[in-house]
Amino acid sequence: MYKIAKENLSALFRLIAETRELYLPVKTAGQTNYAAWSEDAEVDLDTLKTVKSAKDAFFPQSEGLYTVKKEGKKMSVEPEGLKEQDFVVFGMKACDVKGLEVLDNVFLSDPVDTFYAARREHGTVVAMACHEPEETCFCKVFGVDAAEPKSDVAVWTAGEDLYWKALSEKGEALTEAVKELFTDADEAAVEAEKEAIHKILEKLPYMNLSLEGWNGDALSEKFDSPIWEELYKPCLACGTCTFVCPTCQCYDIKDYSAGDTVSRYRCWDSCMYSDFTMMAHGNNRTSQMQRFRQRFMHKLVYYPANNDGMYSCVGCGRCVEKCPQALNIVKVIKAFQNQGGEQ
Amino acid sequence: MQELINRAKELLADGTVARVLGWKGGDLPYNPEPAYFETAEELADFVYNSFCGANLSKYMIEASKLEGKTMVCLKPCDTYSFNQLIKEHRVDREKAYIVGVGCKGKLDIEKIKKKGVKGIESIEGAEITDEADTLKIQTIYGEKSCAYADAMLERCHVCKGKEHMVYDELIGDSKETKDADRFDEVARIEAMSPEEKFAFFQKELSKCIRCNACRNACPACSCRKCVFDSTKFDSSQKANVDSFEEKMFHIIRAFHVAGRCTDCGECSRVCPQGIPLHLFNRKFIKDIDGLYGEYQAGADTTSKAPLTNYTFEDAEPSIVGKRG
Repeated sequence: MYKIAKENLSALFRLIAETRELYLPVKTAGQTNYAAWSEDAEVDLDTLKTVKSAKDAFFPQSEGLYTVKKEGKKMSVEPEGLKEQDFVVFGMKACDVKGLEVLDNVFLSDPVDTFYAARREHGTVVAMACHEPEETCFCKVFGVDAAEPKSDVAVWTAGEDLYWKALSEKGEALTEAVKELFTDADEAAVEAEKEAIHKILEKLPYMNLSLEGWNGDALSEKFDSPIWEELYKPCLACGTCTFVCPTCQCYDIKDYSAGDTVSRYRCWDSCMYSDFTMMAHGNNRTSQMQRFRQRFMHKLVYYPANNDGMYSCVGCGRCVEKCPQALNIVKVIKAFQNQGGEQ
Repeated sequence: MQELINRAKELLADGTVARVLGWKGGDLPYNPEPAYFETAEELADFVYNSFCGANLSKYMIEASKLEGKTMVCLKPCDTYSFNQLIKEHRVDREKAYIVGVGCKGKLDIEKIKKKGVKGIESIEGAEITDEADTLKIQTIYGEKSCAYADAMLERCHVCKGKEHMVYDELIGDSKETKDADRFDEVARIEAMSPEEKFAFFQKELSKCIRCNACRNACPACSCRKCVFDSTKFDSSQKANVDSFEEKMFHIIRAFHVAGRCTDCGECSRVCPQGIPLHLFNRKFIKDIDGLYGEYQAGADTTSKAPLTNYTFEDAEPSIVGKRG
C-alpha cells in the first residue's frame, strides 16, 4: 500500500494525464460530474455522488456509430473507430464499480458490444471508498461494501493523505507509472477508515431494506400487482432516474441528417419516454403505468432472471436524490413490502 | 395540516369531490411526493410541509379527465399556473375544487445539502406551523442548522405574493418571502458582453442531460405531444449530440412558453443539474413587460395576452429589432 498527501493530488493527476486520458469528478457551474481532467478543472473529490454516474466513460450518453456521406453519385460509409487510447477513471465509488459489472453482463455477453468492450479494455478504474456515506445510500442491500471498492486500484482518504492499493494487473501498471509520487504506507489508517465507514453504514436508514420477494421468478406476481396503478401516478415521465443511474443500459439508435451526410449514433434511452422501444407496429407499452413498471421490473425481476439472480440496482441512491417528485426504487420496494407483496 | 385533512375528509364524505390531490409523506425528512387520496383512511398519509414544493396544477390536466371533482391543494404561486391552464383550455375549472393552501416559502433540499449537510436524520422547522426562522437538522455527522431563508427555493425569494389567484376556499396563512427583485439576475446577464453571455449559458447548458424534467414539470408545456418527442423531427431528442443542440432545446422551449410562463419556477426546481432555466423565461417576461406593458400570465383567465393580441400601442417590430 502507498500513500500521497492530498495536497499533492494535482501532481498525481498531471502525471497520469501525461500518458493516459483522465476522467474524474469535476465541478462545473455548481454541479459535480465526471469530466476530462485539465489544469483548470475544479476537481471535486468531496462530493459523494456526482450527478451522473461514471457510466459515460464506458457507455457515453451519445456516441457515433458510423457516418454515411454522399458525394455526387458516390456514397461512402465511415465506421466510427473504437477506443484506442488508455484512460483512467478516478474516484468511482463502490456502487458505481458494481454498476460496471451490471453493464458488463449486458454488453460483454454474446454478441459483444465492441464499442463498450474497447472502452473496458482501455479503461483503468481507480475506485474510492466513501468517506462519509449519506442517507440516500443503500449499496449494502446489493452486496456492495462502500469501504472496500473492488476495482483496478482502490483508494481511501484518511486525514491529510490518500491511500492507494493496486488490485489488478491494470492497477499495477498504473501504479508503476505514478509510483514516484508515492511513499510506502501501512494499513493502519485505512483499517481505521474502513471501520469508521462501516459504523456509519449501520446507521443509514435504507441499509436494511429487504428485497424479499424480488427475484427472477416473481414475474407474474409483481407484474400483475395493482400497486403499480397507485405508484406511477406522480411520475412526470421525465428521464432523470434513468439518466443519473449507473446501471440503466437501454439505448436508442438514431440518424442525424445534415443533407449530404447522415450520422448514425446511439444514445441512452429511457423507459419513461413515450417512444421507448417503439417499433413499426407501434409501441408495446402504451401507458405511463406500464413504462414506470418496466423500470423496476427490469432492475429487480427481469435482470435477475437473466443474470443468475443479480439485481441491476446497486443502491447508489441517485434516483432518490434527483427525482423531481421524490419517487424512487426504495419507495417502490417498500410499497410492495407494506402490501405483503402478494397482491 | 390537520385542518386540511379534516376538510378533505368532509369533502370526500359529502361527495363534493371524488379524490384529493395533495402530498404524501416520504420516507426521508424531506421527500414528500404528490399523491391522490380517495378515502379517509388513505388521508392518514397526507402531509403538507415546507418540502411540498411541487406545483400540482399540471396534474389537473389529467385529473380534469377523471370522473367527478378533484380537491387540489394549490399554493399562491401555483394558482397562476392553474389560471393560465384555464385560459388555454387545458384544465376544467368545474372539475377542480381548489383549496388555496398557506405558504411560508418552500425549501430546497439541494440548497441544504450544498452547505455540506449530509446524513440527514431529521429536520425541525419545516412544518407548516413552525414559526422558527432556523432549521435544526439532525445528521449522522452531528447537529447542523440552516437559516430558513437560505434554504428556500429561488422562486420564493422573488415570491409573487400571498394572494391566491383562483380558489374555492382558503386554508392556512401565507407569508411574504420576497427579498429580491426577480429581474435582478436578468439585468446582470443583460449587462454582460455577448461573449460573456454566451460563455455563461454555455457553461450552464453543457450540464443538461436531456432528461426533460423541466419540460415535463412545466405547466406551460402542456402539448399533448412535444415536438421533441416526435420521431419525425430530425433532432437528437434524447441526447445532446453537439453543443448546438443542448442550447436549441432550451431556447425553443423558452420561446414556446413566452407570454404564457407564469414564472412558477418548477423548471429550475426539478433540474437535476441545477441549471437556472428560469432565467430564459424571466428575460422574456422582462422584455414583454417593457415592450407591451406589465403583464403577469395567470393573474386572470380572461385578459388577452400581449403576444397573442394586437393593439395600436404595440411596439413596432423595428423598435424591437433595434434593442439588439
